[in-house]
Amino acid sequence: MKKVFGKIAFMGMASLVLAACSSNQADTSATETQPVAEQPVVTEQLPPQKTAEELAREADIEKRKARIIYFDFDKSEIKPEYRELLQAHGEFLAKHPEINVVLEGHADERGTPEYNIALGERRAKAVADIFRTLGVSDSQMQVVSYGEERPVDPGHNEAAWAKNRRVEIRYND
Amino acid sequence: MKHVKYLVWFCCFWLAVPPARAVIEIEITKGLDSARPIAVIPFATREGVRPPVDVAMVVNSDLRRSGRFRPMPLADLPERPFSASAVQVKLWQEKGIEAVLVGTVKALPDGDFEVGFELVDPFRSDLDGHLENGELVVPGVSVLVARTARVPAEALRKYAHHISDVVYETLTGVRGAFSTKIAYVGIDRTQTNPYQLFVADADGYAPFALVKSRLPIMSPAWSPDGQQLAYVSFEGRRSAVVVQHVYTGERRVVSRLPGINGAPSWSPDGKRLALTLSKDGNPEIYMLELDNLRLTRLTRNSAIDTEPAWYPDGTAIAFTSDRGGSPQIYRMNLVDRKATRLTFQGNYNAGASFTADGRQMVLVHRATDQFHIAIMEMQTGLMQELTETWLDESPSVAPNGSMIIYATLSRGRRVLAAVSTDGRFRAILPSSQGEVRAPAWSPFLN
Repeated sequence: MKKVFGKIAFMGMASLVLAACSSNQADTSATETQPVAEQPVVTEQLPPQKTAEELAREADIEKRKARIIYFDFDKSEIKPEYRELLQAHGEFLAKHPEINVVLEGHADERGTPEYNIALGERRAKAVADIFRTLGVSDSQMQVVSYGEERPVDPGHNEAAWAKNRRVEIRYND
Repeated sequence: MKHVKYLVWFCCFWLAVPPARAVIEIEITKGLDSARPIAVIPFATREGVRPPVDVAMVVNSDLRRSGRFRPMPLADLPERPFSASAVQVKLWQEKGIEAVLVGTVKALPDGDFEVGFELVDPFRSDLDGHLENGELVVPGVSVLVARTARVPAEALRKYAHHISDVVYETLTGVRGAFSTKIAYVGIDRTQTNPYQLFVADADGYAPFALVKSRLPIMSPAWSPDGQQLAYVSFEGRRSAVVVQHVYTGERRVVSRLPGINGAPSWSPDGKRLALTLSKDGNPEIYMLELDNLRLTRLTRNSAIDTEPAWYPDGTAIAFTSDRGGSPQIYRMNLVDRKATRLTFQGNYNAGASFTADGRQMVLVHRATDQFHIAIMEMQTGLMQELTETWLDESPSVAPNGSMIIYATLSRGRRVLAAVSTDGRFRAILPSSQGEVRAPAWSPFLN
């Protein structure tokens, strides 16, 4: 809001300066009068007031835009930084039992493909466990593990592996 | 006129070459020095008709790729005899050549070919001479093996692999595995269906895509008779174990339960699959009877249990479990179903399988931080790392126990590689296109 007020104040000052210039010009030519160019009126309005409920819903949607959580190598423990994100999805799903999700587990390419399938499933199930405690029913969740078969980053380095060790929360699947 | 003739030859040659899609080549990286020096002389092609396959060249490549032999470069051959009786043993003795293969490919009037070959040992003399095709061969040349056969044009390549098998067995005492096949998964992300299950000759020739899918295909496994493949398919966005007949295309989904359906392994009698299912909560090993699809649960543990592999005698399975904290190989006796741990070296041991004699176990092993293919002596528990490549996985042993094919990373790409079970010979098998993974070596096919 401060910025908007600042903008209006600046424009007001600019109008005054222009007006001053015009009057100076008028002074130097005594015989001719020049009409002062009409300044358009600048108006601004405050954004519409949102209810607390609307703001909360927007914040919730914003939180739920993130749908991927990442894991450490050979680990399936949910890191603390993802608690809030999972809570947003979990509470939303608990409120909307008609909405289903697929929890897609993935692993990086190190180790054997079949062990990585098991690891990917363990990760996806760790997410399902949290959702369940938040009141999401089992019928809303399908767990599928692709192991190392579907990397998001095809690279063969730690940066790529970190992106590939993940669970994706997929709506509309 | 001459140009026209060349053009015709060129067309014939071109037609005989299959499309170069996902063809696997070979790049030997270690072990050629310790291989035995031999010579494969280009076979004589009489009667003016050029056979569609260079039989001697196929044999030459086979034997070179086996890691046991180092065929002399053609440019260095001191002579090019077509029969054993014409071989001047002294010339070969001077070069230290242990065996010389000579042969002929004769066009017959009906379009078939008559292929004959003789394997000569220049260091052994045949003082009495011997009979060859009813004729007495002059004394002095020792023929280790000699055969003649009528071969249809389209079977020449197959017969060439047969010659390789005969030569290999004659010189090593071990059955050759050149007439076998490999299955593997090719991934070409430029295609609509990037995941393809291929079957090719053991030398990578004539790859054929049995299955094409938008979603992953994993873990192909040959039935003991070499007629069917079991594999994992994610068609429909969930996993299933499929059994498909290689030659009829007949396809059967044998397991599609909630959760993991994976890691199929055929019992030695071909009647059952051991596999991994997570329908009861977490990955466990089950046995599936193929005729009635009846399931028996084998493991009961909150840890990951997966990658079952049958002992060749059918009395036990090995599997991967992290019940001890890290992935290790365990053995389960199928009578009392008790599991005992087999691997104790390294912080990651997985993906085990056995040599046909059951004396060695091949696996993926990580001592500290690199994944390599290793082999373990079952008697002593001694483990030997065989590879020095990077991110090695999916080892599969040749049916004669001589070689392991596996998936690895080379120059930033997923490729297949081979290593001999004694670790002396290593090769990279780069594909002409896309990534290649999950190789499976077929059993003997005849």
